[in-house]
Amino acid sequence: MAETKPVERPLSPHLQIYRPMLTMMMSILHRITGSALYFGIILLVWWLTAAAWNEAYFNLVQGFFGHWFGRLVLFGFTWALIHHTLGGLRHFLWDTGRGFNLQLVERLAQLNLAGSIILTILLWVIGYGVMP
Amino acid sequence: MSLATPLKKVRGLGTAKSGTEHFWMQRVTAIANVPLVLATLACVIYHLGSSRVEVVASFQNPLVALTVALTMISVLWHMRLGMQVIIEDYVHGPALKLMLLLLNTFYTVALGAAAIYAILRMNFGL
Repeated sequence: MAETKPVERPLSPHLQIYRPMLTMMMSILHRITGSALYFGIILLVWWLTAAAWNEAYFNLVQGFFGHWFGRLVLFGFTWALIHHTLGGLRHFLWDTGRGFNLQLVERLAQLNLAGSIILTILLWVIGYGVMP
Repeated sequence: MSLATPLKKVRGLGTAKSGTEHFWMQRVTAIANVPLVLATLACVIYHLGSSRVEVVASFQNPLVALTVALTMISVLWHMRLGMQVIIEDYVHGPALKLMLLLLNTFYTVALGAAAIYAILRMNFGL
């Protein structure tokens, strides 16, 4: 049988071709935050199992969450959660067949990003207020 | 002339053997996630700096235990569907794809089992 060379077919334009736009970045960010939450939820399960187990294990987990690195991870987790949730609300709107007006789409993307940052900081202010 | 049986025709699924369940459950769990996650978040913030005894006491309230348990089920289900799409989008080798899809299921079910067991343990005061 004759050697067949793979044909150099043109590829459809992809990420590196398009000018980055906010809506595109928000779409990518929705997937990235979803993936981060996928692994981040281990933190919640860790906390639950530790609380169900014994003092020593629970104190270890609380110690991690009290450490600056643990706090940083939790802060990132909070932002990912809020961002993904707000992104989900946008998707609910689109699922009804509404909200595809380009100006509105752009505005919602901006609100999502700004809202996620503001709400995350607000939650942490509340968190530090609640903590004894 | 179609050779499909009437049952096959009325199901309308073809060779894919499944239809819109994935899309639909992604939305159902997403809707459920909104109030559930907010409630669980409130529970976690309430317990910042709490001792273990206080956390366990909280989970002895059935409302807290059930809310967090339902959150875990809805969130993990949603996660599994989402990661399935990511794997199907980016992994093209059939063997690796199948392995990752299996891992996705095992990972989410294992986390769910651990969380539910922990919640029940606290609820029953073991």
